[in-house]
Amino acid sequence: MITQNINKKVSKQEDTKQHQPAQYLTDIERQFIDHEIELVPHKSAAVIEALKIVQHHRGWISDDSVSAIAAYLQMSPAEVDSVATFYNLIFRKPVGRHVILVCDSISCYVMKYGDIYKALQERLHVKFGETTSDQCFTLLPNACLGCCDHAPALMIDNDLYKDITVDMLDRILKQYT
Amino acid sequence: MERPLTQYIHPGCPPFDIREYEMTGGYSALRKALSSMTPKEVQDLVKDSGLKGRGGAGFSTGIKWSVVPMGEDAPRLKYLIANADEMEPGTFKDRLLLEGNPHQLIEGMILAAFAIQAEESFIFLRWAYKKAAQLLRKSIHEAYKAGFLGKNILDSGFSLEMHLHTGVGRYMCGEETALLNALEGKRATPRAKPPYPQISGLYGKPTIVNNVETLCNIPHIVNNGVEWFKGLSNSEDSGTKLYGVSGKVNNPGCWELPMGVTIRELIEEHAGGMKNGYQLKGVLPGGASTDFLTAEHLDIKMDFASVQKAGSRLGTGTMVVMDDATCPVGFVHNLQHFFAQESCGWCTPCREGLPWVEKMLLSLEQGSGTAADMELLEMHTHMLGPGNTFCALAPGAMEPLQSALKYFKDDFEKHISLHKCPYE
Repeated sequence: MITQNINKKVSKQEDTKQHQPAQYLTDIERQFIDHEIELVPHKSAAVIEALKIVQHHRGWISDDSVSAIAAYLQMSPAEVDSVATFYNLIFRKPVGRHVILVCDSISCYVMKYGDIYKALQERLHVKFGETTSDQCFTLLPNACLGCCDHAPALMIDNDLYKDITVDMLDRILKQYT
Repeated sequence: MERPLTQYIHPGCPPFDIREYEMTGGYSALRKALSSMTPKEVQDLVKDSGLKGRGGAGFSTGIKWSVVPMGEDAPRLKYLIANADEMEPGTFKDRLLLEGNPHQLIEGMILAAFAIQAEESFIFLRWAYKKAAQLLRKSIHEAYKAGFLGKNILDSGFSLEMHLHTGVGRYMCGEETALLNALEGKRATPRAKPPYPQISGLYGKPTIVNNVETLCNIPHIVNNGVEWFKGLSNSEDSGTKLYGVSGKVNNPGCWELPMGVTIRELIEEHAGGMKNGYQLKGVLPGGASTDFLTAEHLDIKMDFASVQKAGSRLGTGTMVVMDDATCPVGFVHNLQHFFAQESCGWCTPCREGLPWVEKMLLSLEQGSGTAADMELLEMHTHMLGPGNTFCALAPGAMEPLQSALKYFKDDFEKHISLHKCPYE
């Protein structure tokens, strides 16, 4: 009986071990993170890169991702989360397949980005911070895209769109599925 | 008129690869410095040239470098960082240099690193500049292959590694000590100064952070000398400057011009004047964190001293034009929304004050503001002004606010008396 119990405990421990946060990372993720660790004097200095890598593969940073990165870089989850929540482009909530970043800074304000936002809201039925019901787009406001001479501007994933007019939106959005 | 920084930049065309860059004189300054100059001579040359930082602060680049500990006993590693985290609203000048001639920046960085004897260098690039990232990666690779980076560059005994770091979006990263924290994988909060980064910067080692445009000037100064560089300018400040204009003008854009052109020349000649039906009401001469100037100031020269004398700052030299159909209260609210959002939260006046300022401006804009709000806003411009905060973010945010309260007071008061925005 006792032996059985001990065995149970051991197997339970092993079970937990298999779900150690570091194991949660895929081989590819770990490979990329290891490369970043080599470039810096101590592991925790690679945390931003690690967050970028995991987000690249999973779309966003979940609590489990935070724990896994923390364990892998020998940091506390709170330390990792303090960094993850500081930066605008690390997503701590799930996002759609494509992220629309609408520049809401001053030159785009003068050039009426508000009209673009309103049209996007109507077409996608979402407000800033929301994801479409088909999970295709997440709509976010974004600080100056450095494209002020071609305002209003927006980015979808890695693509920059300049001198946007409401008429152009359907054609732009159609490219993303 | 010479345009050394942008001579070979043709927007819309791909930038020069390393072979084309070398054929047009590229990397000759590096060959010259490594074969015939000492680091101290490069430092002195840049100091004598009068080159001032193009990121906004306008501090002498040569003097900044001269504080770095030199010689055998200096702490190692030493770092040279190009600040390419261009995120000041209304600013798009470094993008032109990054996308248009990446090798010019790389050569400038190697020269700057040689001048301070740094072994490691980073380009801190903002995430949104995807095209620049791709071009820089390719160009750094080319420079390594050609022997301009790596061990024992051109048999000089000088070695330098270069890395590209892309950010994840936060205005604070442009502040040089916050940039160092971001590069170390931390929250981008500013550090107390002293110690200055030249003494204790990245990982506690001597570090220089220079703006992209500043660094792009170095090869040309090394090639052509102090007198030539001073001769490029129309004013006391040496060299050329990348100026930009955005807003409702006919031809918004970015141009390299002699330092000290007037605001009028920029807006009327280069930007093609105001769009039909619009009048100029105000101008932020150097980005979101500079004081408004108005139609009275059009003949002010765009150099560090002249703009300061007029009550503003040259900043990044990229101006935002406010037309007479745009509500000044809404305009300033937009700016304060940005600053409140981008405050890193490290010090109380900025973290708590800016959201209050933003809320007051929103209520004014929506017609529910009172005369007391005007006094409160005025008070905040002092409470969040220089000396009360850890870094320059909040004082910078107060510059357009205090000048808007001065120049566009009527507009603020109309919002209060009409209980709505008169521009709607």
